[in-house]
Amino acid sequence: MKLRHLILATAAVAALSGTAQAENVLKWGANRDIGSLDPYSFGDSFTINVLNHVYEGLVRYNKDLKIEPALAESWEILDDQITWRFRLREGVTFHNGNPFTAEDVVASLTRVSDESSPLKGNLPAYVSSKVVDDLTVDITLNGTYPLLLNDLTNIHIFDKEWMTENDTLMPTDVGAGTEGYATYNANGTGPFIVESRQPDAKTVFVVNPDWWDEPQHNLDKIELLPVNSAATRVAALLSGEISFTNDAPVQDLPRLVAAPNVEVLEGVDLRTVMIGFPFRDTLTTGEPNPFKEKAVREALYKAIDLDLIHQRIMRGKSRIAGATIAPPIPGYVEALDELPGFDPEASKALLTEAGVPEGLEFEFNCLSDGLVNEEQFCQAIASMWSRIGLSPKLDVAPRAVQSPKRTNANTDVYTLGWATLPLLDSYSPLLQIFHSKDGNAGVFNWGGWSYPELDGLIDAAGKELDLDTRLSLQTEALQIVKDEMIMIPLHQQPMAWAVTDDVSEMPLFPDAKPRLWFARMGDGS
Amino acid sequence: MIAFLLKRTANAVFVMLAVALLAFVIFRFFGDPVEMMVNEQATLQDRIELRERLGLNDGFVTQYTRFVTNAVQGDFGISYRNQQDVMVLIKERFPATFELVLVATVISLVVGIPAGVITAVYRDSRLANILQLGSIVGVSLPSFVVGILLILAFSVSLGWLPAFGRGETVDIGWWSTGLLTPSGRAALILPAISLSTFQVTLVMRLVRAEMLETLRADYIKFARARGVPARRVQWRHALRNCLMPVITLTGMQIGNLIAFALVTETVFQWPGMGMLFIQAVTFVDLPVMAAYLLIVSFIFVALNTLVDITYAWVDPRLRDDTARGDG
Repeated sequence: MKLRHLILATAAVAALSGTAQAENVLKWGANRDIGSLDPYSFGDSFTINVLNHVYEGLVRYNKDLKIEPALAESWEILDDQITWRFRLREGVTFHNGNPFTAEDVVASLTRVSDESSPLKGNLPAYVSSKVVDDLTVDITLNGTYPLLLNDLTNIHIFDKEWMTENDTLMPTDVGAGTEGYATYNANGTGPFIVESRQPDAKTVFVVNPDWWDEPQHNLDKIELLPVNSAATRVAALLSGEISFTNDAPVQDLPRLVAAPNVEVLEGVDLRTVMIGFPFRDTLTTGEPNPFKEKAVREALYKAIDLDLIHQRIMRGKSRIAGATIAPPIPGYVEALDELPGFDPEASKALLTEAGVPEGLEFEFNCLSDGLVNEEQFCQAIASMWSRIGLSPKLDVAPRAVQSPKRTNANTDVYTLGWATLPLLDSYSPLLQIFHSKDGNAGVFNWGGWSYPELDGLIDAAGKELDLDTRLSLQTEALQIVKDEMIMIPLHQQPMAWAVTDDVSEMPLFPDAKPRLWFARMGDGS
Repeated sequence: MIAFLLKRTANAVFVMLAVALLAFVIFRFFGDPVEMMVNEQATLQDRIELRERLGLNDGFVTQYTRFVTNAVQGDFGISYRNQQDVMVLIKERFPATFELVLVATVISLVVGIPAGVITAVYRDSRLANILQLGSIVGVSLPSFVVGILLILAFSVSLGWLPAFGRGETVDIGWWSTGLLTPSGRAALILPAISLSTFQVTLVMRLVRAEMLETLRADYIKFARARGVPARRVQWRHALRNCLMPVITLTGMQIGNLIAFALVTETVFQWPGMGMLFIQAVTFVDLPVMAAYLLIVSFIFVALNTLVDITYAWVDPRLRDDTARGDG
């Protein structure tokens, strides 16, 4: 009897959803699922990106990736230069109806910067915050710091009352083995509300009718349908079971372009693909390390045929890069983008001059699940280096295996892709890759180099509140990186999204993050 | 008999401990979960502290002992990536895998047995040859290729069945079933066929071999001599005597299917245990990986032990032999 009720109930639900066909439902076939509903639980930018539809920060990126007010309406730096005062937007409510106040901001910042939070690194300069009045909040930093707003775009604001009621004021802690309410439930201020979630199958977001902002989208519902297998994702797009994917596999693009019901959106990602060198005294083989010599790095740079990689491996879809950052990133100037010129003969001469032994062996560490066509371009580069008389040993494996080798200096030459996320500023690679290892600086300085002059420029930029002065400092630092060939840039990699023809507008963002509050369906027909 | 039971159980426990140990050794080569958990901006210090809090710096023996002690109590900790209790995660995913395996098993029997009988009885007929050829294809095609071909045919070209997912599900207690809704049943068809292809040919070949043997037996000749219709002799008298090994094989293969479902689940985005495991591997989610390996090997060991015990119970020779060996 009970079973029959269930069947009837299901039939009723099915009938209901049948009548609701006129709704604009965007079926998003992502290449993976989000980790959980808690953006603070796992340092995963995809999860944060998806949950940005539900939770919002004090500021956000607009369509041109410029920072604009969101939950905060305005801000100023107080006289002490290290305290920022934010005036919050009035009349914003959370999905559960609670009003948004300064208390919520302080509680959220406390939660994300907690010792056990894997995301506390997202607020590197944060010291404390306090409530001034209901709609004013002061954030104190550990010094003058120009990039607080960039950091805050990624810090989602939770409702304090809701967190207190559900005992989830602190982030979940894997070490202690505690679960959290926010892992399964969400309550933000954003344009969409989480309706239901089945991990690895379907997460449904419905439109928030009480959103404080004027919606530019016309969606009623988003269904996040992860499809890990690339072939299945393409099939699902062709059969119309999904209407959007933010990962259209490169090898299937011709097929998707040819399909009558699919439109492919192609662009160039902000991610710059680079090769890094070891600066230690010895190589992993125990031999003395010649890469400390600039001439040797230059030899390896000139031996790479960037055009060939662009044409053959990236199928003409990448952008050949001379700079370590992409053109849209603040700090970029055209002079940085100058190319070295492909000249294997000059490479050989440089190697001989530097006294590098013929057939020098070194490890070349690449990821099998990292950048676009990484395995192929690594193989190509390895053979280009063989041609100038070196013996690179290609080591390709998944990220999880390679990361420890890279961070523990158990390898020699390696690849790295850097999109400057989440800051979208050239300060990000300068601080995290090119600065000497020191606290939160140089975490990705896997080669172990140290240039005091460079560090000085980066440190000065990190304290400079005037935008133009700061950017000129950063450009100067990037020029040193280029002149010294600390890392050699290859290209910005291509990205491709695809939509079915019922999606009329889907802005493609170069940071590869879908922002569906700009998407529209059915306008054209 | 009691000595035999004890010995079998002890064996099973030993195998489980060995699996746990192996799993632990393998994990060392899977990489560092901390690198996957923190974001780009985390400092070196943050990473070291997190590693310490997760107990990854403890010695191998300490980690192994802690794991086994907790696992015995059914506590596998919480997932690094999903931040959920691992047992709950697996419990949520088990019904999906089980239904898939169940339907695949039914398909393999319903298709495999008649096909086996036909190929045995009408040995050189055209139909038998086609079936034989098909079975070679079935054995040699990897299941992900079968899956993608099925998707191309039935989802993209014909548009009859969904390419991925499990459709609508209905919860009965903690068990979520897709068998009660039309979309759930439709979603089950392609993955079940793809998972069962190998199994179908296995059953077919086994039935064929057994049938060829049985059809030569004296009692079949006597039945034919008595005038029993050929069809009745083949499908009732002969087939029945062939089914015992088929049943044993099917039982033993359930463990295999649960393990192989991993590939099918990835192709069809079937939200089962295999899918969970693949994701756990990508993110070095050690608690989930460990629990999955232990649970799957537990199913294997339990099925094998049960089969052994049943055999011993049915066939006293096995039991006596063991009993003598013990004392």
